[in-house]
Amino acid sequence: MTVESGAATTAAQPAPEMPDQAGEFIQLLTPEGERIDHPDYPLELSAADIRAMYRDLVLVRRIDTEAIALQRQGELGIWASLLGQEAAQIGSARALEPADMVFPTYREHGVAWCRGIDPVRLLELYRGVSHGGWDPEEHKFHLYTIVIGSQTLHATGYAMGIQRDGADEAVIAYFGDGATSQGDVNEAFVFASVFNAPIVFFCQNNQWAISAPLERQSRVPLYQRARGFGFPGVRVDGNDVLACYAVTRKAMQAAREGQGPTLIEAYTYRMGAHTTTDDPTRYRLASELEMWKLRDPIERVRAYLVRTGLAEPEFFADVDTEAKQIGARVREACRTMPDPPPLAIFENVYTEPTSILRAEREQYAAYLDSFPSEENEASSR
Amino acid sequence: MTTLTLSKALNAGLRKALENDPKVLIMGEDVGKLGGVFRVTDGLQKDFGEARVMDTPLAESGIVGTAIGLALRGYRPVCEIQFDGFVYPAADQIISQLAKMRYRSRGHVSLPIVIRIPCGGGIGAVEHHSESPEVIFAHTAGLRVVACADAADAFAMIQQSISSDDPVIFFEPKRRYWDKGEVDTVAGLTSALPFDRAKTVLDGTDVTLLTYGPTVRTGLESALAARQDGRSIEVLDLRSLSPLDEDTICASVRKTGRCVVVHEAPVYAGLGAEIAARVTERCFYHLEAPVLRVGGFATPYPPSRLEDHYLPDLDRILDAVDRTFGY
Repeated sequence: MTVESGAATTAAQPAPEMPDQAGEFIQLLTPEGERIDHPDYPLELSAADIRAMYRDLVLVRRIDTEAIALQRQGELGIWASLLGQEAAQIGSARALEPADMVFPTYREHGVAWCRGIDPVRLLELYRGVSHGGWDPEEHKFHLYTIVIGSQTLHATGYAMGIQRDGADEAVIAYFGDGATSQGDVNEAFVFASVFNAPIVFFCQNNQWAISAPLERQSRVPLYQRARGFGFPGVRVDGNDVLACYAVTRKAMQAAREGQGPTLIEAYTYRMGAHTTTDDPTRYRLASELEMWKLRDPIERVRAYLVRTGLAEPEFFADVDTEAKQIGARVREACRTMPDPPPLAIFENVYTEPTSILRAEREQYAAYLDSFPSEENEASSR
Repeated sequence: MTTLTLSKALNAGLRKALENDPKVLIMGEDVGKLGGVFRVTDGLQKDFGEARVMDTPLAESGIVGTAIGLALRGYRPVCEIQFDGFVYPAADQIISQLAKMRYRSRGHVSLPIVIRIPCGGGIGAVEHHSESPEVIFAHTAGLRVVACADAADAFAMIQQSISSDDPVIFFEPKRRYWDKGEVDTVAGLTSALPFDRAKTVLDGTDVTLLTYGPTVRTGLESALAARQDGRSIEVLDLRSLSPLDEDTICASVRKTGRCVVVHEAPVYAGLGAEIAARVTERCFYHLEAPVLRVGGFATPYPPSRLEDHYLPDLDRILDAVDRTFGY
């Protein structure tokens, strides 16, 4: 038999119906801002709780908007926007207990916010001043992981440690739809399952892995993958902060109680580019974006608060003012952020510098000193 | 002759390969509809179809592992790994599988696979996007490792690599993607320098500067600056990192008596160490000074605001050149 290149039909057949599955996910707040109940996810939140979530949503969007602008102005090398995913992040992160541990990707700015990481620390990474640098245990928030999916195994191992400690804690691992194709993520599912680890896999399915649509990663809804690995999967409206909160809270509680892992698929949308260097107009339709704008994660909370009278106009004005202030603070802090000293390159490679590092550091320090002055050094480079 | 950027030259070379051999396939993350994050494969899926230019799932081990299967079935896959730091998930497939299949099969199995990797720093990127992992693959027997440095070589070497029946790790200097050069896109490959040969990019008499990939341009700039000080630097673009073109290297060093090796990768256990050892073994009586190396430090790649310190630049290269005259 001869094999004619290109003769065979290699394009996948259209995937089984995978569209927009309103009704096929857990939703507690409709895009119009109507509160609906779900028998498995009863939720009693005070007005203050919901207002606090609204505030988080608005502030993290503002920080994100500011970061995009800073990148455009050359203050950041790159930025990975969370636009559209605010509810998935705030809802899930607000559901965590202080002792729970988070393993993020590089886009979890909303989760970082909830764990008390100063947004300026995130900008450091995208400005090229550090690789992150915060203490993960202090915030119970691990470093951003850029290599796709690697952190899911770290999260699983951490959960196995909690199990051995007998601690009343659980782990949440964030990742995206693209990551589900990686070997590491599938291995994490296996380990978590067979060791019954206290972990929640929180997949923000934002429909796009740079230019690859979801159907290039999976022909079944992602939450259904969990079943094959031996633990429950659930799909939640990722643009519904209340549903993300309720579903995550329940799954984390189950993990803490020894019931093992859960996969949560937060069905959402990457409203912006993959990063500021990406141009999504090359691969997706504007109409898709328009459709998702109608499901904005913030507008529905605002509509709900207004309609129910749970918030006064002054509240919204105050949040907007606070957003402006945070925006200004972030902008100023970024613009005035100093570069680290050159010799910082050699720090923290090992517990103590090795002989090789010490020698290289000394040589480079002497080399820098060989230039007559700072000015001369700068101009000669 | 056509003026092309290095990335467009690669695109033209890939297009030729796709036209000339129906077995050639392109596969990787975002290489199809988007045309690659650096647009190296721009327009190829549109012209050659999704069966030949494949947007893969997001899984590097999957990309290389399935490329091996496709090659076993008679295809010639060209894989793109999106960034240097993302090649490690595919390390088992490359190092344990791809590199050893011919040896294990006593020559029955050829795997004519090219793995393209944009490499090196200097673009202000976040971590894992600026690395130079070439020595890992040069250390792996069974792989050919090459690096292009200019548009003309990009065009020719990518085609030569695809024609090779050995697996080739093909490094592309990402900060030079936009550098323009003259490319003869009509001439066939018969007139091109074989891809396992080094080339002299600037003649000189006082010191031999050996480099490859992104630092070839830096080396040339250093040599031009050194002329003002009356120093004549001969610059060689190694092009092939495994195997090394020792004859060309040694002929130059015997002429000049001095040798400096420059690469972005860490100096410690880097390719420069292998070159220095070989040059010393073969040119010992011609050397006026030890072979010196300029490169990255024995640290992870630093945050980008410090990368100008990490990357070899004109001053550090000329400093090393000066030191070779101090013996």
